[in-house]
Amino acid sequence: MKITGSCREGVLTLRFHGELDHHVSREAMEALSERIDAFLPGSCVLDLRDLSFMDSSGIALILRAEKKMRELDGSLRISGVGEQPLRVLRAAGTDKRIPIESE
Amino acid sequence: MSALNTVKVEFQSHSANEAFARSCAACFAAQLDPTLEELGDLKTAVSEAVTNAVVHAYPAEIGRVLMKLRLLEGNVLEVTVKDWGCGIPDVEKAMEPLYTTGGEERSGMGFSIMACFMDKLHVRSVPGRGTSVVMRKKFSTRGKP
Repeated sequence: MKITGSCREGVLTLRFHGELDHHVSREAMEALSERIDAFLPGSCVLDLRDLSFMDSSGIALILRAEKKMRELDGSLRISGVGEQPLRVLRAAGTDKRIPIESE
Repeated sequence: MSALNTVKVEFQSHSANEAFARSCAACFAAQLDPTLEELGDLKTAVSEAVTNAVVHAYPAEIGRVLMKLRLLEGNVLEVTVKDWGCGIPDVEKAMEPLYTTGGEERSGMGFSIMACFMDKLHVRSVPGRGTSVVMRKKFSTRGKP
């Protein structure tokens, strides 16, 4: 699991690579929090095109990102979601509170 | 119901074994010629069940987790994830969506996702003795008789 990121004109894009489960969730949550705190973006995009697997640990991480962006009066959206992570996001109802663009 | 094929895998409750367990279940399910969606659903449900054992059954120690995979008549796969950990005092409460005792790192959606992605889910737990999660999923035959 790896998170890479870039910030342009106030938009922080965080790209997730590999599999996101409980084993890597703490490290991923720290990486995500650090980047949001460092850039203080107006909006944040979680790019999941290279995420091959996600379970409910990913939901907790996405909700943390949403909370942090709300504290900054910013917005969060998710892009490039593959089939398996999308089914998890839908099952958890995350698609009802965060805009999601599938692949 | 008698099983056509059975596998038992026992491992320690290290979180690194979450990925091992779901990959192992997916390999066993390959004999059913599953669709990618079915395989994704199975891996997700197994990941949730094993994560529960790692996080909740053994919060302060490393314990044993047994995963049993059974291929049943009618293209049905049964997965049992059993631990000998602290048990769940109120199973009904634990199965409510968003309920978690795992803090901010957990979403409380584990059992909901297991129920959503598998056809049957049964949880037995005795405080101080352990928990057993049994899930069944019928796989498509993709045109085969």
